[in-house]
Amino acid sequence: MSAPLAQLRIREDPTESCEADNGFCPDWIADNFDRYVDPFFEHVYLTVVAVAIGFAISFALALIAYRRRWLVSPITQVTGILYTIPSIAAFFLLLPLTGRGKTTALIALVAYVLLIIFRNVLAGLDNVPDETKDAGRGMGLTDRQLLWRVEVPLALPEIMAGLRIAVTTTVGLATLAFFAGAGGLGGQIFSDITFKSNVVVAGGLAVLLAAALDGLILLVQRGITPWTRAVAAR
Amino acid sequence: MSTTMAVLGEFGDAVDFIFDERESPAGGARVGGLGEMWELMWEHLKLSGAAMGIASAISVPIGLWLGHTGRGGFLAINASNVGRAVPTLALIAFFVAFLGVGFWNLTLALVLLAIPPILTNTYTGVRQVDRDTVDSARGMGMTGVQIVRRVELPLALPLIFGGIRISAVNVVATATIAPLAGIVTLGDPIINVNTYGDEGRLAAAIVVALLAVVTEVSLAALQRGVTPRGLKLDRREATT
Amino acid sequence: MLLMLLVASLALAACGDDDDDDGGGGNGGAATQEESTGIQSDQANSGTTITVGSKNFTEQKVLGEIYAQAFEAAGYTVEKQLNLGDEKTALAALEGGDIDAYPEYTGTALLSFFGVQADKLPKDEAAAYDQAREGFAEKNLTAFEPTPFTSSNEVAVTKETAEENNLTTISDLESVAGEFTLYGSPECRQRLDCLLGLQEVYGLEFQRFVPVDIALRHEVLTKGQADVSIVFTTDPQIQREEFVLLEDDKGMFPPYNSTLVMRNEIAEQGGAALEEVVAMVNEGLNDEAMQELNARVDLDKKTPEEVAGEYLSETGLVQ
Repeated sequence: MSAPLAQLRIREDPTESCEADNGFCPDWIADNFDRYVDPFFEHVYLTVVAVAIGFAISFALALIAYRRRWLVSPITQVTGILYTIPSIAAFFLLLPLTGRGKTTALIALVAYVLLIIFRNVLAGLDNVPDETKDAGRGMGLTDRQLLWRVEVPLALPEIMAGLRIAVTTTVGLATLAFFAGAGGLGGQIFSDITFKSNVVVAGGLAVLLAAALDGLILLVQRGITPWTRAVAAR
Repeated sequence: MSTTMAVLGEFGDAVDFIFDERESPAGGARVGGLGEMWELMWEHLKLSGAAMGIASAISVPIGLWLGHTGRGGFLAINASNVGRAVPTLALIAFFVAFLGVGFWNLTLALVLLAIPPILTNTYTGVRQVDRDTVDSARGMGMTGVQIVRRVELPLALPLIFGGIRISAVNVVATATIAPLAGIVTLGDPIINVNTYGDEGRLAAAIVVALLAVVTEVSLAALQRGVTPRGLKLDRREATT
Repeated sequence: MLLMLLVASLALAACGDDDDDDGGGGNGGAATQEESTGIQSDQANSGTTITVGSKNFTEQKVLGEIYAQAFEAAGYTVEKQLNLGDEKTALAALEGGDIDAYPEYTGTALLSFFGVQADKLPKDEAAAYDQAREGFAEKNLTAFEPTPFTSSNEVAVTKETAEENNLTTISDLESVAGEFTLYGSPECRQRLDCLLGLQEVYGLEFQRFVPVDIALRHEVLTKGQADVSIVFTTDPQIQREEFVLLEDDKGMFPPYNSTLVMRNEIAEQGGAALEEVVAMVNEGLNDEAMQELNARVDLDKKTPEEVAGEYLSETGLVQ
């Protein structure tokens, strides 16, 4: 039974439209914005999880190295190498070990932020004035209390600065995560690299995400270190 | 245990690829071997070098001038923050979409990528020069240009090199995705894996990683070389 | 008996009649509604899982989506793994069991998989399909009946270039190839229906070959980067009209009908019903239709998934 099918509707005239010219088309963007939503959230996930894990690791390392100075150099060297290896190379170096997917991407992204945060936490702690530490000890604080009640809070501006750098660069690197099979806005950019609307929206969303997260951390920083505002006024 | 052997095996194949030419998995051509790896690396270096050269030629004079006059600080310092927020893939895609593929279009994109760290670090480097030193130089009758050239520039050199180092590593890393814009760098086996095979892709990843590390280490050594001994003690790493 | 004949004739009347929903008759109205021309969903098929793959350019993604959605409409359990890569990657995925089926071209199979020499290529579409089918059968793969459309590689230059150098056929390039840059897909370097073939059959030595993503094949000509580019016969008309397509005077390019290639086990599981679905899908895929579908993705910027859905609903295959 093969009765004739209906015909596909063929276009008559040559297509003249903004999209056909690969231009920047606000109408098309408005109609098709939903295709950027999932990649955007994948991107947020990759960034936030990578920075969170990286922060947890580096912060711990910095606290350890703060008390055992001999560790500073080796940790800096190792995290430095991890930092220098380009992420896209890292994705494929990890491929034999961890395969394609979010895990591989996350490992590479975490490896990248380790140096930044480690260095900044350590610098922040090192910059706490000796007098303040002496005063604290004079008040009878133990080493642990000194650390958590004096040194870390005073190191916060430096730590947050490092966090901001880590977050913005991770958003950038996460655009390459699709090479590792982890999705994100980069996959969307890559899917039509000559279509201006696509590149501008996907790229623009990445930049906005970086700016938003940066601003968010800045707000949090202002919130939890009110004393720095008075200092900055100088 | 077998997974370890499998993984080591894959890395072994990749190293093989670097040294031995072989038939492409897609058939019909020879890939791999030192000759090909060198050709890819040369293209990679050419692109990176061109971008770094142009970016430095632009950023260092501007950074010196802004730092010397004390103007444009906001721009110079935040250039890095803004630059950091733009993903390299987005930058390259933007240029491909608006200008098309090609060596100079891509170089332009990489120049934009390289400018912020160099500019910010040059500016900061000059600002960090002790004001007294500058004042005494002025007192000795030096003109602005002479002060920049003979006092500020030499003292800012470590930070300037720091910025160049940061940019160079970024540019070398980004040149890996140059094949998206039609330039065949070391990234070709990674992006166009079909022609080279999985070993080729891993081989390229290894070489790119090594190239980045070598760039970093050699420029770091250069940076240490230009740092006057007295300054080595108190220098903090500027923007990343 | 007579009643059945009556019902059957009313059904045929209904099928042939586009405008009238009712089928043109009071009696047997309920029966005629069941006799749709589309793909019927069969519960029994849900036990069979088919993973549909595709290569990495627009036409492939659309075809992959069409088959995937058609199989789903027929009740099969479908997984998709589109955008795999070039033909070698897709074949490897198929033979390795990562996918169960993908649409391949007869010409591509003959040249890239079965090593047929350029001078031994069949010029006839049916002969090309038969030869491809035999080749696949040796690999335990079933090549279904091909589509009406053929999608060949073509050598394109801009109108200015053609005028300046008097180019109408590919052979005309012989004198100027040494100064020309050819842009093509990365695998073009090794394909007998691409750069390799141009070198061997036409003796062309280009100044430079630049590998770029297939999606950029028109872009590089319009932006002036490429002197010569490789395009497809099923590209949207407006893009084809911009350029001069050089005639394949030495017959380097074989016929390229698309045939769905499937692993034998799955094909057997699906049986005749599966074959029927594929045939129904293929029926509407002539040159114009494929061109239109490509245009909807490349020009209208719709997703392959959307466009495949439109094809299936506009032809009445899926309600």
